[in-house]
Amino acid sequence: MRVPIDWLHEYCNPGLDASALAARLALTGTEVERIERHGVLAPEPFVTGLVLERDKHPDADRLSVCLVDLGDPTPAQIVCGAPNVAAGQTVGVARPGAVMPDGTKLKAAKLRGVESQGMVLSERELQISEDHTGIMVLEGAIAPGTPLQEVVPIATDVLVLEITPNRPDCLGIYGVAREVAAATGAELRAAPWEHDPGSPGPLEGIEITNEAGDELCPRFTARILDGVRIGPSPLWLKARLSAAGQRPISNVVDITNYVMLLTGQPMHAFDHARIAGARLNVRRARPGERLTTLDEQARTLDEAMVVIEDADGPTSLAGVMGGARSEVSDATTTVLSEVATWNGPNIHDTGLKLALRSEALARFEKQLQPEQALWAQAVATRLFIDLCGATVRPGTIDLGGPGPAPRTIRLRDARVTGLLGVSIPRERCRRLLETIGFTTADAEDGLDVTVPDFRRADVTREADLIEEVARLDGVENLPATLPARRSAVGRLTPRQRLRRRVEDALAAQGLHEVVGWSFAGPDLARRLRQSTLAAPVTLANPMSSEQSQLRTLLVGSLLDIAQRNRARGAEAIALFESGSVYHARAISAEALPEEPHHIGALLAGPVRPATWRDPRPPAADFYAAKGVLAALLGTLGLSWEVEPTAEVPFLHPGRAARVRVEGRDVGWVGEIHPSVAADWELDGTVAAFEIDLSALEPPAAAQFRDLVSFPPVHEDLAVIVAETVSATELLGVIRRAGAPLLQEVAVFDVYRDEARLGPGRKSVAVRLSYRAGDRTLNDEDVTRQRRRIIDALASELEGVIRAG
Amino acid sequence: MSVETRISELTREGEAAIAAATTSAALEDVRVRFLGRRAELPNLLRGVAELPPEQRGAVGKAANQARRTLEAKLEERAGQLAAGELHARLEQDRIDVTLPADPLPAVGRLHLITQTRREIEDVFIGLGYNVAEGPEVENVYYNFDALNHDPTHPARAWTDTFYISQEVLLRTHTSPMQVRSMERQPPPIHIIVPGRVYRRDSDVTHTPQFHQIEGLAIDEGITLTDLKGTLLEFARAIFGPERVIRLRPHFFPFTEPSVEVDVSCFNCSGGVTASGERCGICKGTGWLEILGSGMVDPNVLLHVAGNGYDPEVVQGFAFGMGIERIAMLKHGVSDLRLFYDNDLRFLEQFP
Ligand SMILES: [Zn+2]
Repeated sequence: MRVPIDWLHEYCNPGLDASALAARLALTGTEVERIERHGVLAPEPFVTGLVLERDKHPDADRLSVCLVDLGDPTPAQIVCGAPNVAAGQTVGVARPGAVMPDGTKLKAAKLRGVESQGMVLSERELQISEDHTGIMVLEGAIAPGTPLQEVVPIATDVLVLEITPNRPDCLGIYGVAREVAAATGAELRAAPWEHDPGSPGPLEGIEITNEAGDELCPRFTARILDGVRIGPSPLWLKARLSAAGQRPISNVVDITNYVMLLTGQPMHAFDHARIAGARLNVRRARPGERLTTLDEQARTLDEAMVVIEDADGPTSLAGVMGGARSEVSDATTTVLSEVATWNGPNIHDTGLKLALRSEALARFEKQLQPEQALWAQAVATRLFIDLCGATVRPGTIDLGGPGPAPRTIRLRDARVTGLLGVSIPRERCRRLLETIGFTTADAEDGLDVTVPDFRRADVTREADLIEEVARLDGVENLPATLPARRSAVGRLTPRQRLRRRVEDALAAQGLHEVVGWSFAGPDLARRLRQSTLAAPVTLANPMSSEQSQLRTLLVGSLLDIAQRNRARGAEAIALFESGSVYHARAISAEALPEEPHHIGALLAGPVRPATWRDPRPPAADFYAAKGVLAALLGTLGLSWEVEPTAEVPFLHPGRAARVRVEGRDVGWVGEIHPSVAADWELDGTVAAFEIDLSALEPPAAAQFRDLVSFPPVHEDLAVIVAETVSATELLGVIRRAGAPLLQEVAVFDVYRDEARLGPGRKSVAVRLSYRAGDRTLNDEDVTRQRRRIIDALASELEGVIRAG
Repeated sequence: MSVETRISELTREGEAAIAAATTSAALEDVRVRFLGRRAELPNLLRGVAELPPEQRGAVGKAANQARRTLEAKLEERAGQLAAGELHARLEQDRIDVTLPADPLPAVGRLHLITQTRREIEDVFIGLGYNVAEGPEVENVYYNFDALNHDPTHPARAWTDTFYISQEVLLRTHTSPMQVRSMERQPPPIHIIVPGRVYRRDSDVTHTPQFHQIEGLAIDEGITLTDLKGTLLEFARAIFGPERVIRLRPHFFPFTEPSVEVDVSCFNCSGGVTASGERCGICKGTGWLEILGSGMVDPNVLLHVAGNGYDPEVVQGFAFGMGIERIAMLKHGVSDLRLFYDNDLRFLEQFP
């Protein structure tokens, strides 16, 4: 909402400059987005001039040389290009040194060899209108040299306000003036609709019906103005419209726009002669009905929309846009002034369906009140009379009438204090509410407050009144207290602590946390060598195809981020993400999806930076990723294992594993399939894992074990087994056979030598630790246990102990 | 020459030889010469048994004495030579101490969004709040209807909000957890709700996905001044103990009264920096808008009145802030999109 300050001052002038006023408004709930300057910055060099003589320019057909009296001892010689300049005109002149609204600075100059000491101004040059067909000619006797600003508004600051959706009453200048008065204590002048030149009662010459009903059209009013002379609007009106962001067109159209900007109530002017059958009817559109709106677009309507029709069919789309057929034109002499109240949500939907926005729609959709219709009729009637020479026909058509009786709400003193935490004296509440149009009466425990019609929709409860009081009293001065916090104890849940520990463990391993997009595209499945992603959630209105679904796994965004960093020159990449993925449920479209919390990590490039001592550190591979995973799960004290898999399509089939924690499958670890990595322009090995953190149970507290009183016995064993025997199988056999004394076993070497071990064989060296909880082990204990292990390896895996 | 004389002669010779040895190897030769298996002194000792009994005691004693003397001298000399030789060897074992050190084990960073989120969580945990989390794919009911949004509220538009279907959307704020949490837990309730939210907006200052933290406190007698006190504690914990806050009236459908909260700029005093320039962070206003809040609208409580939230009995406040916005203000991050670009050079900056 653009509010030209000089227009505002007609109704309330608090004597503050624009920025001081903006600051005050901000503290009472009206946000000022910015302050703009409309017209010239400094008005002083702009004056009126009387054209004394006009001669042709000696060297240019289209230029004239004028002598203009600017009130100085000698007239100024000014070269002018306008066709309409003539001796005897009073005009606006910019003296040398003037800065035009577009920023150009005027200098005395020679034009085709003739000195020019200023410029005769057009309306467009002053941002009064877009008219640039000729210079602006001023009416009436004005002394030459009079400051132009005194004759025509050529400069005003404009407050650009952000009006919150609950305050449609502030979508008009007068409504803003009411807020300004309340915010500053300045006087509010009488409303411009207070003296209505029109009259109620029957109106001759038009018949109007409302078939749409009160719900869709709560009020429909009309008046007829005769003897209308179409022409340009006066300069002051053009200047106000331009400053408020509306393009001046002609007096009748300008009046309708002016009335809307002033009262907040949009209206429409019909050419009475072009209303077929001299009758109008409000009705729902028929499905598929077509209407050409003022912007020359043919629109297809549906039954939820409302049209105004005459005997020849629809002429306009109610509350949204007029039709071309009954518009006023230069030939118009009789105007039907129509002001109606429409159903806000219905207008809102129509605008959405037709992708139409207009100033009128922006107001109607916020639900205006029926009383506002007659405000607009009164102001418009006055202007039609004053500016178009019209006479108003007696009578007003009024279908629907004013809105429901005003509501009275009890404002309890105790409740004000109870909600705000400070008391505001009853008399102060009364005064604050009355400045914004509420009326009050004393009650036993507070005030009975009657809500003005223009706040009917917004203020319906005691809490709404308390808000009004609080904002006008000044919430910026409230004291600060803390709640009593009855039984409030704050802590993280075990699962939230688990997530923090996991994230910390990964950062401690040198991985940087990233935050990827929750969005994914259908293309991701193909790029991950899958036919489709499993059960994706699909957006009905995505911003782009690449963001049309929600991710079902994290690895896609990790690859995206790795690709971007690699392209920017990063060699070593170690990333993780901790975030939700989304799995649609098959049951129904309305069921909310599952949102498990995943942890994903990706490693590429050297595992540590190259140095002069270690110029070629190894690249991250499967075992590097598995190591990070081990750190993560180790932090939680969970026992886990991996199982080879070739079933994850985006992983290297020989270097991929499922991760099992306490028997449950929680994710995968592996090297990204080289063709997938290549699709993300990542060369070299890329290793990654992704696990479902939601599937992990927060661990119970670790229990103490005495590892000191009876020390362990260590020994190494090298076993030759077939290449096909996995470490997990081998260790499984050892663990089972080593129980109960065997406490730990770990692989520390794998050795292959066809000549010495035979083809398809490998030697796996393991370190064993034996310990008993109740005694120190002797050789005999260990020997017996070792024998069992060796026997088991031989019988279960055909393992042979390699001689040390 | 008596045996005793020979022993003292050997002792003197040995001592001289030990003193003359200049390397560990030469000293070893000396040891072999005087105390080795075939050396004279040990032979004398072994030959004591063959001596006449009256001589055995004196000779044995003298020989033992001599051996111990030489052994002590040998040990002493060996120590001197070893120290010297070690020193000489270390002298040869010089390195270029100015070459770069081994790199420290790599340390990763938590994303600035996570760091900021945790920092805010910890402030409110300290104030007695629990951390609640809820679905990002949400029902229209919890996101809009239960939060008192008009049917025509602009945020509902398909141009502004991502929809899955007519009834399901991507939450546009963390506020849907207000009613969800109150359905689960009767008053009093003190929670914060961190999480991802989505709006259909993408330009220099908007990303379609961002993070918020919601706060909700409902109990008997919680007031607007309590809201101010709580947010003052928060602002001071995050932006420094000197900060003050300012409430400005605003409109949100689900709070009444509604206020926006500004914190005094940490970079300037009243919009002017220490060097006398107009502050760029607060654009010369002296205030930074950090969040929206207000007293929970009775209409919101009515949705859960059956669970103890009678608006005539309990009341409270709610607030919501953007995590990225807090992080940008606190760390001087100039562009929101950096958070989602995940450039390592950005991520590494926040330890
Ligand atoms: Zn500042």
